[in-house]
Amino acid sequence: MKNHILKFLAACIILSVGFSTQSCKPKDAGSAVSGDAAQKVYVAPGKKDEFYNFVSGGFNGQMAVYGIPSGRLLRIIPVFSVFPENGYGYSEETKPMLNTSHGMVPWDDLHHIALSQTKGEHDGRWAFANGNNTPRIAKVDLKTFRTTEIIELPNSGGNHSSPFITENTEYVVAGTRFSVPVGENLDVPISSFKQNFKGYLSFVSVSKEGQMDIAFQIKTPGVSYDLSHAGKGKSADWFFFSCYNTEQAHTLLEVNASQKDKDFIMAVNWKKAEEYLKQGKGKKMKARYAHNVYDEKTHSATSTMKEEVMTLDPKDCPDMLYFMPCPKSPHGCDTDPTGEYIVGSGKLAAVVPVFSFTKMLKAIADKAYDGNFDGIPVLKYDAVLHGEVQKPGLGPLHTEFDGKGNAYTSFFVSPEIVKWDLATLKVLDRVPTYYSVGHLSIPGGSSVKPHGKYMIAYNKITKDRYLPTGPELAQSAQMYDISGDKMKLLLDFPTVGEPHYAEAIPANLVAPNSVKIYKIEENQHPYVSKGEAQTKVERKGNQVHVYMTCIRSHFTPDNIEGVKLGDEVYFHLTNLEQDWDVPHGFAVRGSANAEILVMPGETQTLKWKPDAVGVIPIYCTDFCSALHQEMQGYVRVSPAGSNVALRWGTGDKAPKDASIGLK
Amino acid sequence: MKRFSLIILLFSVLAWGISCGNDGAAERKKDEPFDLAKVEEQPEVHGTEIKEVKLTNPLDKTMITSGKGIYDLKCGACHKLTDEKLVGPGWKGVSKRRQPVWIMNMITNVDMMLEKDPEAQKLLEQCLVRMPNQNISEKEARDIVEFMRQNDGEK
Repeated sequence: MKNHILKFLAACIILSVGFSTQSCKPKDAGSAVSGDAAQKVYVAPGKKDEFYNFVSGGFNGQMAVYGIPSGRLLRIIPVFSVFPENGYGYSEETKPMLNTSHGMVPWDDLHHIALSQTKGEHDGRWAFANGNNTPRIAKVDLKTFRTTEIIELPNSGGNHSSPFITENTEYVVAGTRFSVPVGENLDVPISSFKQNFKGYLSFVSVSKEGQMDIAFQIKTPGVSYDLSHAGKGKSADWFFFSCYNTEQAHTLLEVNASQKDKDFIMAVNWKKAEEYLKQGKGKKMKARYAHNVYDEKTHSATSTMKEEVMTLDPKDCPDMLYFMPCPKSPHGCDTDPTGEYIVGSGKLAAVVPVFSFTKMLKAIADKAYDGNFDGIPVLKYDAVLHGEVQKPGLGPLHTEFDGKGNAYTSFFVSPEIVKWDLATLKVLDRVPTYYSVGHLSIPGGSSVKPHGKYMIAYNKITKDRYLPTGPELAQSAQMYDISGDKMKLLLDFPTVGEPHYAEAIPANLVAPNSVKIYKIEENQHPYVSKGEAQTKVERKGNQVHVYMTCIRSHFTPDNIEGVKLGDEVYFHLTNLEQDWDVPHGFAVRGSANAEILVMPGETQTLKWKPDAVGVIPIYCTDFCSALHQEMQGYVRVSPAGSNVALRWGTGDKAPKDASIGLK
Repeated sequence: MKRFSLIILLFSVLAWGISCGNDGAAERKKDEPFDLAKVEEQPEVHGTEIKEVKLTNPLDKTMITSGKGIYDLKCGACHKLTDEKLVGPGWKGVSKRRQPVWIMNMITNVDMMLEKDPEAQKLLEQCLVRMPNQNISEKEARDIVEFMRQNDGEK
């Protein structure tokens, strides 16, 4: 039977490839899939995938989790955007997570993922992500797959170059994509860019328990920071940031920021920065930014507004920053697992330059400078270069590593993936992508210990790869087998949002720690009902607090009277279940917040402002048992000033006197 | 062109069938997805059958208090202390009707009971809601039994 399914799948894949041969331009789409591809990606019903793939959702502001090799979508984790599926950003408890210095921002743009590391290896504790538009860094706890912390970044114009991570998760970083005026005088002409605009790099510290804090920001010249990676092993004390717009243009960047033959990769010695901080070289600066933390005991988030940030000025801190010239408008900035090589991918460059960390240290010692840029030494290109990959392809973007001395670079324009040898810089293999590949991900590929086996490409265009769905098409990833000398296309799988950077990690580093339920005994929510005996309805002025429980398959109370127009009703719903995979939902007709979803042992709150007199239905939205459909009730809403008293209950405790409040 | 694709398709499926069709199981072993054995080791209250329970008299007051606390938090939403059925049967008389080991397995090991035990299956047919796993340990289940005995008037 299994064989039949496999054959069918193989046939499907071969069939679809056969069809697409007729429509797509890259010539060998048909031969790109070999006969055993279906078997390599087929995970039989009931079997589990080998890797988790944490994938950025781009403009949807979320993070998605896929199983590899199947490409099955396992979960969407809401991070920077509200999420109707589970009430994130709608429940009173989660609203503070999206608070910023601008107030509630319900939708952001999430581009990159960094999994936490210990000794340079993925450790499966947290996934960090960047908010690109309103600059922020978020932390997702991999025990619960929930966003538990978000910190806003002041002095940043847009957080693209983020959240890359040091080898023991000491820091996650954030380089600003837009330089902006900073300080007291912000009302300046845009054309005064060169005088007034600065680019800030933020180093966000992460405590052993995971608490984030902006340890310091470095004030740098006005350029655009694009991407970044920390050094590894011998280069672990350093961070590398790609910079474009070293022309310091402020309009038509497409042309004006593409003038110079070389821009830069900035090398930051963060250990040195720590020393300067200890020496008191830092200056506190006024700044306003939100720090939001979700507490898994109270099941609630708090948002704290912070008022100052520590900054370092390179003028007071020599030997902390250096520029390495890099052709041309570099995007990806990737360090290999040994920490020796730094690969810059100039989007407009005809070669891929590879820098040597050893040579960089020597160039610094020899003061092999090629002048300076705004006071920061520029190292001589030849003095820091390991070599260039010649004729690699068109539009290099990102490079991942397999730990066997090979690098894999994506080429957006060609579009293809090129495998090359880090030591000899010889091109070893190339495969087409369908189409316009952006980021790549190899399990562990950005750590000191790549797990290899698969490489996933995240594409910008899918065109004719899937059934058409109107002007908006499926976003897509493609997976390749990299276990042999030649890369082999195995699978297309659709993604939600637009995938940018992603990281993959062996399932056995995450799955065993996955939380199944929240223990009801440990619930410290201020409005928890620990058992039906504690349920009640309380009025505080015009606020009505409903302490409510749910269990298969009823709410307590499910009949509530005495609510009046003008009231604000807070349903604090505690799920009394203690079994895995038994959430209950809650919906109120006409509520602007609509719904919440409550996990076993958790309390969540739906705020409702009734807008008309009547008897309003409530019900459970998550199919919970054979009698789920019966999990429903009523709230009576009386006119303002009515003398209907608060009454509530379920079953024989439901209000009985049928004459109260009747005219 | 179409015909050509079809031929390729037939050929590929055929070739595939020849190369891997004879012994799928052996072939799969190499690429067997990640074994979740480690995950299944995760401590969960469920799963160990309780074989023997010793009851003592007089009743233990500490156990009764603990049992009542667990009842209020995790059981009372569905079980009344009278003989009236709510979601599940009322508890009045339960300690006389059932062996303590049956009750404790029903609490801590409901999946096994609904699979094997005819009495438990009969109850599911009546109530139509599977009794939830409320993450109760063996010791806590024993405390609940003490509370049930007190509820049934035992001293």
